[in-house]
Amino acid sequence: MMIASPAQVASSAPATQPQLPCRAGISLKSPHYQQILDASPAVGFFEVHAENYLVAGGPFHHYLGLIRERYPLSIHGVGLSIGANQPLDREHLERLATLLERYQPQAFSEHLAWSSHGEVFLNDLLPLAYDAATLARVCAHIDQVQSRLQCQLLLENPATYVEFSNSSMDEATFIGEVVRRTGCGLLLDVNNAYVSSVNHHWDVQAYLRALPLHAVGEIHLAGFAEDRDAAGDRLLIDNHGAPVDAAVWRLYAEVLQLIGATPTLLERDNAIPPLDLLVQEAQRAQTLLDAARPTRRQAWA
Amino acid sequence: MNSQQEFAVALLDPERDCPAQLTTWNGSDPAARFAVYRNNVLSSLIDALAASFPVLQQLVGEAFFRAMAAVYVRHSPPRTRILADYGADFPAFIEGFAPAGSLPYLADVARLELLRIRAYHAADAAPLNPDALAMALAAPERLGALLLRLQPALGLLESAFAVVSLWAAHQGALALAEVDPDQAQCALVLRNGLEVEVLGIHPGDAHFIQALQQGLPLGRAAEGACALDDGFDLGTSLTYLLRAGAITDCAYDKQRPLP
Repeated sequence: MMIASPAQVASSAPATQPQLPCRAGISLKSPHYQQILDASPAVGFFEVHAENYLVAGGPFHHYLGLIRERYPLSIHGVGLSIGANQPLDREHLERLATLLERYQPQAFSEHLAWSSHGEVFLNDLLPLAYDAATLARVCAHIDQVQSRLQCQLLLENPATYVEFSNSSMDEATFIGEVVRRTGCGLLLDVNNAYVSSVNHHWDVQAYLRALPLHAVGEIHLAGFAEDRDAAGDRLLIDNHGAPVDAAVWRLYAEVLQLIGATPTLLERDNAIPPLDLLVQEAQRAQTLLDAARPTRRQAWA
Repeated sequence: MNSQQEFAVALLDPERDCPAQLTTWNGSDPAARFAVYRNNVLSSLIDALAASFPVLQQLVGEAFFRAMAAVYVRHSPPRTRILADYGADFPAFIEGFAPAGSLPYLADVARLELLRIRAYHAADAAPLNPDALAMALAAPERLGALLLRLQPALGLLESAFAVVSLWAAHQGALALAEVDPDQAQCALVLRNGLEVEVLGIHPGDAHFIQALQQGLPLGRAAEGACALDDGFDLGTSLTYLLRAGAITDCAYDKQRPLP
Protein backbone atom coordinates (compact mmCIF):
# COMPACT_ATOMS: atom_id res chain seq x y z
CA MET A 1 0.00 0.00 0.00
CA MET A 2 1.39 3.40 -1.02
CA ILE A 3 1.57 6.18 1.50
CA ALA A 4 2.36 9.50 -0.11
CA SER A 5 4.29 11.16 2.67
CA PRO A 6 7.74 12.42 3.53
CA ALA A 7 9.46 10.61 6.38
CA GLN A 8 8.51 13.33 8.81
CA VAL A 9 8.70 12.05 12.38
CA ALA A 10 9.06 15.27 14.35
CA SER A 11 6.67 14.55 17.20
CA SER A 12 4.55 17.34 18.62
CA ALA A 13 3.96 15.33 21.81
CA PRO A 14 5.95 16.30 24.90
CA ALA A 15 8.47 13.67 25.99
CA THR A 16 7.06 12.94 29.43
CA GLN A 17 3.46 12.05 30.04
CA PRO A 18 1.33 11.75 33.14
CA GLN A 19 -0.09 8.24 33.23
CA LEU A 20 -3.38 6.71 34.16
CA PRO A 21 -2.95 3.82 36.59
CA CYS A 22 -3.02 0.35 34.97
CA ARG A 23 -6.45 -0.28 36.40
CA ALA A 24 -10.09 -0.33 35.34
CA GLY A 25 -12.00 2.95 35.45
CA ILE A 26 -15.56 4.02 34.69
CA SER A 27 -17.38 6.93 33.06
CA LEU A 28 -18.32 9.65 35.53
CA LYS A 29 -22.05 10.41 35.27
CA SER A 30 -23.84 13.17 37.17
CA PRO A 31 -26.48 10.89 38.81
CA HIS A 32 -23.59 9.10 40.56
CA TYR A 33 -21.68 12.11 41.94
CA GLN A 34 -22.87 11.97 45.52
CA GLN A 35 -22.74 8.19 45.77
CA ILE A 36 -19.13 8.19 44.58
CA LEU A 37 -18.19 10.70 47.28
CA ASP A 38 -20.09 8.73 49.92
CA ALA A 39 -18.96 5.23 48.97
CA SER A 40 -15.52 5.75 47.32
CA PRO A 41 -15.93 2.80 44.91
CA ALA A 42 -12.76 0.84 44.14
CA VAL A 43 -12.15 1.97 40.58
CA GLY A 44 -8.81 3.06 39.17
CA PHE A 45 -9.95 6.32 37.57
CA PHE A 46 -12.90 8.26 36.18
CA GLU A 47 -13.36 9.56 32.68
CA VAL A 48 -15.48 12.56 31.67
CA HIS A 49 -16.50 14.08 28.37
CA ALA A 50 -14.69 17.39 28.12
CA GLU A 51 -17.65 19.19 26.55
CA ASN A 52 -19.92 18.49 29.53
CA TYR A 53 -17.54 20.51 31.69
CA LEU A 54 -17.05 23.48 29.37
CA VAL A 55 -19.61 25.37 31.43
CA ALA A 56 -18.82 28.31 33.70
CA GLY A 57 -19.62 26.86 37.13
CA GLY A 58 -22.24 25.03 39.15
CA PRO A 59 -22.62 21.44 40.36
CA PHE A 60 -20.68 19.76 37.53
CA HIS A 61 -17.47 21.59 38.46
CA HIS A 62 -18.21 21.31 42.17
CA TYR A 63 -18.42 17.53 42.04
CA LEU A 64 -15.69 16.98 39.47
CA GLY A 65 -13.32 18.99 41.69
CA LEU A 66 -14.13 16.85 44.72
CA ILE A 67 -13.85 13.57 42.79
CA ARG A 68 -10.60 14.70 41.15
CA GLU A 69 -9.10 15.12 44.64
CA ARG A 70 -9.73 11.42 45.26
CA TYR A 71 -9.19 9.73 41.87
CA PRO A 72 -7.07 9.96 38.73
CA LEU A 73 -8.95 11.51 35.81
CA SER A 74 -9.14 11.01 32.06
CA ILE A 75 -10.65 13.80 29.96
CA HIS A 76 -12.21 12.54 26.75
CA GLY A 77 -13.11 15.08 24.10
CA VAL A 78 -16.04 14.52 21.76
CA GLY A 79 -16.22 17.90 20.02
CA LEU A 80 -12.80 18.85 18.66
CA SER A 81 -13.61 17.46 15.20
CA ILE A 82 -10.00 16.55 14.42
CA GLY A 83 -10.92 15.00 11.09
CA ALA A 84 -12.96 17.94 9.80
CA ASN A 85 -12.06 19.38 6.43
CA GLN A 86 -11.71 22.85 7.96
CA PRO A 87 -9.44 24.50 10.54
CA LEU A 88 -9.73 23.45 14.16
CA ASP A 89 -11.93 25.69 16.29
CA ARG A 90 -9.29 27.66 18.19
CA GLU A 91 -11.78 28.90 20.75
CA HIS A 92 -12.74 25.32 21.55
CA LEU A 93 -9.09 24.34 21.85
CA GLU A 94 -8.53 27.24 24.26
CA ARG A 95 -11.47 26.12 26.38
CA LEU A 96 -10.02 22.60 26.48
CA ALA A 97 -6.65 24.03 27.53
CA THR A 98 -8.34 25.86 30.42
CA LEU A 99 -10.16 22.69 31.47
CA LEU A 100 -6.98 20.60 31.40
CA GLU A 101 -5.12 23.28 33.32
CA ARG A 102 -7.81 23.24 35.98
CA TYR A 103 -8.14 19.46 36.46
CA GLN A 104 -4.65 18.22 35.49
CA PRO A 105 -5.94 14.91 34.05
CA GLN A 106 -3.69 11.86 33.65
CA ALA A 107 -4.91 11.42 30.07
CA PHE A 108 -6.56 13.45 27.32
CA SER A 109 -8.12 11.69 24.35
CA GLU A 110 -10.12 12.52 21.23
CA HIS A 111 -11.49 10.70 18.20
CA LEU A 112 -10.38 9.90 14.68
CA ALA A 113 -13.57 11.45 13.32
CA TRP A 114 -15.25 14.72 12.47
CA SER A 115 -18.31 16.21 14.14
CA SER A 116 -18.57 19.80 12.93
CA HIS A 117 -19.06 21.32 9.53
CA GLY A 118 -18.91 25.09 9.18
CA GLU A 119 -20.53 26.39 12.33
CA VAL A 120 -22.80 23.41 12.74
CA PHE A 121 -22.05 20.80 15.40
CA LEU A 122 -23.54 17.44 14.41
CA ASN A 123 -22.95 15.69 17.78
CA ASP A 124 -21.85 12.43 16.20
CA LEU A 125 -18.47 10.90 15.38
CA LEU A 126 -18.51 10.86 11.60
CA PRO A 127 -16.32 8.68 9.37
CA LEU A 128 -13.32 9.70 7.28
CA ALA A 129 -11.94 8.64 3.91
CA TYR A 130 -8.45 7.27 4.57
CA ASP A 131 -6.37 9.05 1.95
CA ALA A 132 -3.24 11.18 1.85
CA ALA A 133 -5.14 14.47 2.15
CA THR A 134 -7.03 13.32 5.25
CA LEU A 135 -3.81 11.99 6.76
CA ALA A 136 -2.02 15.31 6.31
CA ARG A 137 -4.99 17.22 7.78
CA VAL A 138 -5.45 14.92 10.78
CA CYS A 139 -1.72 15.05 11.57
CA ALA A 140 -1.65 18.86 11.31
CA HIS A 141 -4.62 19.10 13.66
CA ILE A 142 -3.10 16.70 16.18
CA ASP A 143 0.17 18.63 16.08
CA GLN A 144 -1.78 21.80 16.80
CA VAL A 145 -3.64 20.18 19.71
CA GLN A 146 -0.54 18.64 21.30
CA SER A 147 1.42 21.87 20.93
CA ARG A 148 -1.31 23.91 22.57
CA LEU A 149 -2.26 21.47 25.33
CA GLN A 150 1.32 20.42 26.01
CA CYS A 151 0.29 16.82 26.46
CA GLN A 152 0.14 13.71 24.36
CA LEU A 153 -3.24 13.14 22.77
CA LEU A 154 -4.60 9.60 22.76
CA LEU A 155 -6.45 9.11 19.47
CA GLU A 156 -9.40 6.72 19.53
CA ASN A 157 -10.07 4.31 16.67
CA PRO A 158 -13.64 4.85 15.46
CA ALA A 159 -16.70 2.64 15.14
CA THR A 160 -17.97 3.11 11.58
CA TYR A 161 -20.91 1.98 9.47
CA VAL A 162 -19.71 2.88 5.98
CA GLU A 163 -16.41 2.93 4.09
CA PHE A 164 -15.29 5.30 1.32
CA SER A 165 -14.47 4.35 -2.24
CA ASN A 166 -11.75 7.03 -2.27
CA SER A 167 -9.83 5.59 0.70
CA SER A 168 -6.32 4.64 -0.34
CA MET A 169 -5.23 2.83 2.82
CA ASP A 170 -6.87 0.75 5.49
CA GLU A 171 -7.77 2.16 8.89
CA ALA A 172 -4.98 0.48 10.86
CA THR A 173 -2.35 1.71 8.41
CA PHE A 174 -3.80 5.21 8.61
CA ILE A 175 -3.73 5.21 12.41
CA GLY A 176 -0.20 3.81 12.43
CA GLU A 177 0.97 6.63 10.20
CA VAL A 178 -0.77 9.28 12.36
CA VAL A 179 0.94 7.89 15.46
CA ARG A 180 4.32 7.78 13.73
CA ARG A 181 4.10 11.32 12.41
CA THR A 182 2.63 13.10 15.44
CA GLY A 183 3.82 11.06 18.40
CA CYS A 184 0.24 10.83 19.64
CA GLY A 185 -0.86 7.71 21.49
CA LEU A 186 -3.66 5.31 20.71
CA LEU A 187 -6.83 4.94 22.70
CA LEU A 188 -7.71 1.42 21.63
CA ASP A 189 -11.48 1.04 21.75
CA VAL A 190 -11.87 -2.74 21.62
CA ASN A 191 -15.61 -2.45 21.13
CA ASN A 192 -15.10 -0.12 18.17
CA ALA A 193 -12.57 -2.54 16.68
CA TYR A 194 -15.11 -5.34 16.98
CA VAL A 195 -18.04 -3.26 15.70
CA SER A 196 -16.11 -1.98 12.66
CA SER A 197 -14.71 -5.43 11.90
CA VAL A 198 -18.19 -6.96 11.85
CA ASN A 199 -19.63 -4.01 9.92
CA HIS A 200 -16.93 -4.11 7.22
CA HIS A 201 -16.13 -7.81 7.27
CA TRP A 202 -12.56 -7.18 8.42
CA ASP A 203 -10.44 -9.81 10.14
CA VAL A 204 -10.39 -8.28 13.61
CA GLN A 205 -7.24 -10.16 14.61
CA ALA A 206 -5.38 -8.81 11.60
CA TYR A 207 -6.80 -5.33 12.22
CA LEU A 208 -5.59 -5.31 15.84
CA ARG A 209 -2.14 -6.58 14.91
CA ALA A 210 -1.79 -3.93 12.22
CA LEU A 211 -2.44 -1.12 14.74
CA PRO A 212 0.49 0.64 16.46
CA LEU A 213 -0.07 -1.36 19.63
CA HIS A 214 3.13 -0.03 21.23
CA ALA A 215 1.39 3.35 21.46
CA VAL A 216 -1.76 2.25 23.32
CA GLY A 217 -2.19 4.44 26.41
CA GLU A 218 -5.74 3.45 27.29
CA ILE A 219 -8.38 0.89 26.33
CA HIS A 220 -12.13 1.49 26.03
CA LEU A 221 -14.75 -1.22 26.49
CA ALA A 222 -18.43 -0.62 25.81
CA GLY A 223 -21.61 -2.25 24.62
CA PHE A 224 -23.25 -2.15 21.19
CA ALA A 225 -26.71 -2.58 19.69
CA GLU A 226 -27.36 -4.94 16.83
CA ASP A 227 -29.13 -4.20 13.55
CA ARG A 228 -29.11 -5.51 9.96
CA ASP A 229 -27.97 -3.73 6.81
CA ALA A 230 -29.87 -3.67 3.48
CA ALA A 231 -28.51 -7.13 2.60
CA GLY A 232 -29.55 -8.58 5.94
CA ASP A 233 -25.97 -8.81 7.26
CA ARG A 234 -25.13 -7.86 10.85
CA LEU A 235 -24.70 -4.15 11.46
CA LEU A 236 -23.48 -3.30 14.95
CA ILE A 237 -24.17 0.13 16.40
CA ASP A 238 -21.77 1.57 18.95
CA ASN A 239 -24.36 2.98 21.35
CA HIS A 240 -22.58 2.90 24.75
CA GLY A 241 -25.91 1.84 26.16
CA ALA A 242 -25.43 -1.84 27.04
CA PRO A 243 -23.07 -4.08 28.99
CA VAL A 244 -19.90 -5.22 27.22
CA ASP A 245 -20.62 -8.12 24.83
CA ALA A 246 -19.03 -11.54 25.42
CA ALA A 247 -17.18 -11.32 22.09
CA VAL A 248 -15.64 -7.99 23.15
CA TRP A 249 -14.57 -9.43 26.52
CA ARG A 250 -12.78 -12.25 24.64
CA LEU A 251 -11.11 -9.75 22.34
CA TYR A 252 -10.07 -7.64 25.33
CA ALA A 253 -8.37 -10.65 26.94
CA GLU A 254 -6.49 -11.23 23.67
CA VAL A 255 -5.43 -7.58 23.54
CA LEU A 256 -4.05 -7.83 27.08
CA GLN A 257 -2.09 -10.90 25.94
CA LEU A 258 -0.60 -8.79 23.16
CA ILE A 259 0.20 -5.57 25.04
CA GLY A 260 0.03 -6.36 28.76
CA ALA A 261 -1.95 -4.54 31.43
CA THR A 262 -3.27 -1.19 30.17
CA PRO A 263 -5.60 1.39 31.80
CA THR A 264 -9.11 0.35 30.79
CA LEU A 265 -12.34 2.34 30.78
CA LEU A 266 -15.80 0.82 30.97
CA GLU A 267 -17.64 3.38 28.89
CA ARG A 268 -21.34 4.03 29.37
CA ASP A 269 -23.19 7.09 28.07
CA ASN A 270 -26.77 5.92 27.55
CA ALA A 271 -29.21 3.91 29.66
CA ILE A 272 -26.99 4.69 32.67
CA PRO A 273 -27.32 1.81 35.16
CA PRO A 274 -26.84 2.08 38.94
CA LEU A 275 -23.26 2.84 39.95
CA ASP A 276 -22.83 -0.63 41.44
CA LEU A 277 -23.34 -2.29 38.05
CA LEU A 278 -20.69 -0.09 36.42
CA VAL A 279 -18.29 -0.86 39.25
CA GLN A 280 -18.98 -4.61 38.86
CA GLU A 281 -18.24 -4.41 35.15
CA ALA A 282 -14.99 -2.58 35.95
CA GLN A 283 -14.11 -5.31 38.46
CA ARG A 284 -14.43 -7.90 35.72
CA ALA A 285 -11.90 -5.93 33.66
CA GLN A 286 -9.73 -5.51 36.76
CA THR A 287 -9.58 -9.29 37.21
CA LEU A 288 -8.27 -9.66 33.64
CA LEU A 289 -5.81 -6.80 34.22
CA ASP A 290 -4.51 -8.44 37.39
CA ALA A 291 -3.85 -11.63 35.45
CA ALA A 292 -2.07 -9.84 32.59
CA ARG A 293 1.65 -9.34 32.47
CA PRO A 294 2.90 -5.83 33.25
CA THR A 295 3.32 -3.50 30.28
CA ARG A 296 6.78 -2.70 29.03
CA ARG A 297 6.43 0.73 30.61
CA GLN A 298 5.78 -0.82 34.03
CA ALA A 299 8.54 -3.37 33.59
CA TRP A 300 11.03 -0.58 32.92
CA ALA A 301 9.94 1.46 35.92
CA MET B 1 -19.23 20.77 -2.55
CA ASN B 2 -16.59 18.82 -0.62
CA SER B 3 -17.49 15.36 0.56
CA GLN B 4 -17.98 16.38 4.22
CA GLN B 5 -20.31 19.16 3.15
CA GLU B 6 -22.35 16.69 1.12
CA PHE B 7 -22.36 14.32 4.10
CA ALA B 8 -23.34 17.03 6.60
CA VAL B 9 -26.18 18.38 4.45
CA ALA B 10 -27.58 14.88 3.87
CA LEU B 11 -27.45 14.09 7.60
CA LEU B 12 -29.95 16.83 8.37
CA ASP B 13 -32.11 16.53 5.26
CA PRO B 14 -33.95 13.21 4.89
CA GLU B 15 -34.94 14.14 1.33
CA ARG B 16 -31.31 14.14 0.19
CA ASP B 17 -29.64 11.12 -1.34
CA CYS B 18 -26.99 9.43 0.72
CA PRO B 19 -23.55 10.88 -0.21
CA ALA B 20 -21.56 9.46 -3.11
CA GLN B 21 -18.34 7.55 -2.37
CA LEU B 22 -19.87 5.45 0.40
CA THR B 23 -19.24 1.74 -0.01
CA THR B 24 -20.18 -1.46 1.80
CA TRP B 25 -18.28 -4.75 1.87
CA ASN B 26 -21.28 -6.78 0.69
CA GLY B 27 -22.51 -4.37 -1.97
CA SER B 28 -25.63 -3.58 0.04
CA ASP B 29 -27.24 -0.16 -0.34
CA PRO B 30 -25.10 2.26 1.71
CA ALA B 31 -28.21 4.36 2.37
CA ALA B 32 -29.32 1.86 5.05
CA ARG B 33 -25.99 2.33 6.82
CA PHE B 34 -25.94 6.09 6.30
CA ALA B 35 -29.30 6.06 8.07
CA VAL B 36 -27.47 5.05 11.26
CA TYR B 37 -25.57 8.37 11.18
CA ARG B 38 -28.75 10.28 10.36
CA ASN B 39 -30.48 8.67 13.30
CA ASN B 40 -27.53 9.23 15.67
CA VAL B 41 -27.40 12.94 14.86
CA LEU B 42 -31.13 13.52 15.10
CA SER B 43 -31.89 11.37 18.12
CA SER B 44 -28.87 12.51 20.16
CA LEU B 45 -29.83 16.14 19.63
CA ILE B 46 -33.48 15.46 20.46
CA ASP B 47 -32.27 13.66 23.60
CA ALA B 48 -30.21 16.72 24.51
CA LEU B 49 -33.31 18.92 24.20
CA ALA B 50 -35.40 16.42 26.18
CA ALA B 51 -32.81 16.60 28.97
CA SER B 52 -32.96 20.40 29.01
CA PHE B 53 -36.76 20.75 28.67
CA PRO B 54 -38.31 17.95 30.78
CA VAL B 55 -41.47 19.84 31.77
CA LEU B 56 -42.10 20.85 28.18
CA GLN B 57 -41.92 17.17 27.25
CA GLN B 58 -44.34 16.24 30.04
CA LEU B 59 -46.79 18.92 28.92
CA VAL B 60 -47.01 17.74 25.31
CA GLY B 61 -46.11 14.07 25.69
CA GLU B 62 -42.98 12.32 24.46
CA ALA B 63 -44.19 11.59 20.91
CA PHE B 64 -45.23 15.20 20.22
CA PHE B 65 -42.10 16.57 21.89
CA ARG B 66 -39.77 14.41 19.80
CA ALA B 67 -41.59 15.25 16.57
CA MET B 68 -41.44 18.99 17.36
CA ALA B 69 -37.79 18.74 18.44
CA ALA B 70 -36.91 16.90 15.21
CA VAL B 71 -38.27 19.80 13.15
CA TYR B 72 -36.30 22.24 15.31
CA VAL B 73 -33.05 20.22 15.11
CA ARG B 74 -33.23 20.12 11.30
CA HIS B 75 -34.11 23.82 11.19
CA SER B 76 -31.60 24.98 13.85
CA PRO B 77 -28.83 22.44 14.43
CA PRO B 78 -26.40 23.41 17.21
CA ARG B 79 -23.91 26.18 16.51
CA THR B 80 -22.16 25.23 19.73
CA ARG B 81 -20.19 22.12 20.72
CA ILE B 82 -21.45 22.49 24.28
CA LEU B 83 -24.88 20.87 24.35
CA ALA B 84 -25.87 22.61 27.60
CA ASP B 85 -25.98 25.77 25.46
CA TYR B 86 -28.14 24.24 22.72
CA GLY B 87 -31.75 25.33 22.41
CA ALA B 88 -31.49 29.06 23.17
CA ASP B 89 -33.95 29.79 20.37
CA PHE B 90 -36.13 26.72 20.95
CA PRO B 91 -38.77 28.84 22.78
CA ALA B 92 -39.01 31.24 19.84
CA PHE B 93 -39.30 28.28 17.48
CA ILE B 94 -42.12 26.81 19.61
CA GLU B 95 -43.97 30.12 19.47
CA GLY B 96 -44.14 29.81 15.69
CA PHE B 97 -44.75 26.07 15.59
CA ALA B 98 -48.35 25.83 14.37
CA PRO B 99 -49.17 22.34 15.71
CA ALA B 100 -48.46 23.65 19.25
CA GLY B 101 -50.68 26.71 18.74
CA SER B 102 -53.40 25.44 21.07
CA LEU B 103 -50.98 25.61 24.03
CA PRO B 104 -49.79 29.23 23.91
CA TYR B 105 -47.96 28.94 27.25
CA LEU B 106 -45.49 26.32 25.96
CA ALA B 107 -42.91 28.84 24.76
CA ASP B 108 -42.75 30.53 28.17
CA VAL B 109 -42.45 27.18 29.97
CA ALA B 110 -39.50 26.51 27.65
CA ARG B 111 -38.05 29.94 28.54
CA LEU B 112 -38.31 29.06 32.22
CA GLU B 113 -36.53 25.74 31.67
CA LEU B 114 -33.84 27.55 29.71
CA LEU B 115 -33.29 29.89 32.67
CA ARG B 116 -32.99 26.86 34.93
CA ILE B 117 -30.29 25.27 32.72
CA ARG B 118 -28.39 28.56 32.59
CA ALA B 119 -28.64 28.97 36.35
CA TYR B 120 -27.40 25.42 36.90
CA HIS B 121 -24.23 25.95 34.86
CA ALA B 122 -23.66 29.67 35.55
CA ALA B 123 -20.39 30.93 37.02
CA ASP B 124 -20.01 30.45 40.76
CA ALA B 125 -20.23 33.59 42.87
CA ALA B 126 -19.85 33.63 46.65
CA PRO B 127 -22.73 35.29 48.56
CA LEU B 128 -22.21 38.75 50.00
CA ASN B 129 -19.84 38.91 52.92
CA PRO B 130 -21.98 39.62 56.05
CA ASP B 131 -19.45 42.24 57.17
CA ALA B 132 -20.13 44.25 54.03
CA LEU B 133 -23.85 44.15 54.69
CA ALA B 134 -23.31 45.16 58.32
CA MET B 135 -21.23 48.15 57.19
CA ALA B 136 -23.96 49.21 54.79
CA LEU B 137 -26.69 48.88 57.41
CA ALA B 138 -24.63 50.94 59.85
CA ALA B 139 -25.13 53.91 57.56
CA PRO B 140 -28.90 53.91 56.87
CA GLU B 141 -28.82 57.41 55.36
CA ARG B 142 -26.70 56.08 52.51
CA LEU B 143 -28.73 52.91 51.86
CA GLY B 144 -30.55 54.49 48.92
CA ALA B 145 -27.26 54.92 47.08
CA LEU B 146 -26.14 51.33 47.65
CA LEU B 147 -25.42 49.24 44.57
CA LEU B 148 -26.10 45.52 44.85
CA ARG B 149 -24.58 43.00 42.49
CA LEU B 150 -26.61 39.82 41.87
CA GLN B 151 -25.28 36.34 41.08
CA PRO B 152 -24.71 35.45 37.39
CA ALA B 153 -27.15 32.53 37.75
CA LEU B 154 -30.11 34.80 38.44
CA GLY B 155 -32.79 35.10 35.76
CA LEU B 156 -36.25 36.64 35.46
CA LEU B 157 -39.23 35.74 33.33
CA GLU B 158 -42.38 37.86 33.10
CA SER B 159 -45.06 35.78 31.45
CA ALA B 160 -48.70 36.26 30.45
CA PHE B 161 -49.15 32.65 31.60
CA ALA B 162 -48.92 30.72 34.85
CA VAL B 163 -45.40 29.46 34.13
CA VAL B 164 -44.40 29.03 37.77
CA SER B 165 -47.52 27.01 38.65
CA LEU B 166 -47.24 24.89 35.48
CA TRP B 167 -43.64 24.15 36.33
CA ALA B 168 -44.43 23.45 40.02
CA ALA B 169 -47.27 21.10 39.06
CA HIS B 170 -44.74 18.97 37.19
CA GLN B 171 -42.56 18.79 40.28
CA GLY B 172 -45.52 17.35 42.18
CA ALA B 173 -45.83 20.56 44.22
CA LEU B 174 -49.46 21.18 43.19
CA ALA B 175 -52.16 19.60 41.07
CA LEU B 176 -52.10 20.46 37.37
CA ALA B 177 -55.92 20.53 37.30
CA GLU B 178 -55.85 23.47 39.75
CA VAL B 179 -53.63 25.58 37.52
CA ASP B 180 -55.24 28.32 35.43
CA PRO B 181 -52.64 28.67 32.67
CA ASP B 182 -53.94 32.10 31.62
CA GLN B 183 -52.98 33.77 34.89
CA ALA B 184 -49.94 36.03 34.38
CA GLN B 185 -46.94 35.19 36.55
CA CYS B 186 -43.36 36.35 37.08
CA ALA B 187 -40.64 33.82 37.78
CA LEU B 188 -37.35 34.35 39.57
CA VAL B 189 -34.72 31.69 38.90
CA LEU B 190 -31.53 31.54 40.94
CA ARG B 191 -28.99 29.09 42.28
CA ASN B 192 -28.90 28.65 46.03
CA GLY B 193 -25.72 26.72 46.68
CA LEU B 194 -25.95 23.81 44.23
CA GLU B 195 -29.75 23.91 43.89
CA VAL B 196 -31.62 25.88 41.25
CA GLU B 197 -34.74 27.49 42.72
CA VAL B 198 -37.82 28.79 40.91
CA LEU B 199 -39.97 31.29 42.76
CA GLY B 200 -43.17 33.08 41.75
CA ILE B 201 -42.74 36.80 42.48
CA HIS B 202 -44.87 39.94 42.15
CA PRO B 203 -44.39 42.31 39.21
CA GLY B 204 -42.90 44.88 41.63
CA ASP B 205 -40.24 42.37 42.78
CA ALA B 206 -39.39 41.58 39.18
CA HIS B 207 -39.07 45.29 38.37
CA PHE B 208 -36.89 45.80 41.45
CA ILE B 209 -34.56 42.90 40.65
CA GLN B 210 -34.31 43.92 37.03
CA ALA B 211 -33.34 47.44 38.09
CA LEU B 212 -30.61 46.05 40.36
CA GLN B 213 -29.35 43.89 37.50
CA GLN B 214 -29.16 47.03 35.37
CA GLY B 215 -26.95 48.66 38.01
CA LEU B 216 -29.46 51.11 39.51
CA PRO B 217 -28.93 51.98 43.20
CA LEU B 218 -31.18 50.42 45.81
CA GLY B 219 -33.27 53.59 46.36
CA ARG B 220 -34.15 54.10 42.72
CA ALA B 221 -34.80 50.38 42.17
CA ALA B 222 -37.24 50.35 45.12
CA GLU B 223 -38.99 53.57 44.03
CA GLY B 224 -39.59 52.18 40.57
CA ALA B 225 -40.99 48.96 42.00
CA CYS B 226 -43.34 50.85 44.37
CA ALA B 227 -44.61 53.01 41.52
CA LEU B 228 -45.45 49.90 39.52
CA ASP B 229 -46.82 47.72 42.28
CA ASP B 230 -48.51 48.99 45.50
CA GLY B 231 -47.84 45.67 47.17
CA PHE B 232 -44.07 45.83 46.67
CA ASP B 233 -42.24 45.19 49.92
CA LEU B 234 -38.53 45.98 49.89
CA GLY B 235 -37.80 43.99 53.05
CA THR B 236 -39.37 40.79 51.73
CA SER B 237 -37.54 41.02 48.41
CA LEU B 238 -34.17 41.75 49.98
CA THR B 239 -34.57 39.04 52.62
CA TYR B 240 -35.28 36.44 50.00
CA LEU B 241 -32.32 37.48 47.83
CA LEU B 242 -30.00 37.47 50.85
CA ARG B 243 -31.20 34.11 52.18
CA ALA B 244 -30.70 32.52 48.79
CA GLY B 245 -27.20 33.95 48.55
CA ALA B 246 -28.17 35.80 45.39
CA ILE B 247 -26.49 39.11 46.32
CA THR B 248 -22.74 38.82 45.77
CA ASP B 249 -21.38 42.35 46.30
CA CYS B 250 -22.43 45.75 47.53
CA ALA B 251 -20.83 49.14 47.01
CA TYR B 252 -21.60 52.85 46.83
CA ASP B 253 -19.32 53.09 43.85
CA LYS B 254 -19.07 50.34 41.22
CA GLN B 255 -15.29 50.54 41.27
CA ARG B 256 -14.99 49.98 45.03
CA PRO B 257 -17.03 47.11 46.51
CA LEU B 258 -17.52 46.93 50.29
CA PRO B 259 -15.81 46.15 52.56
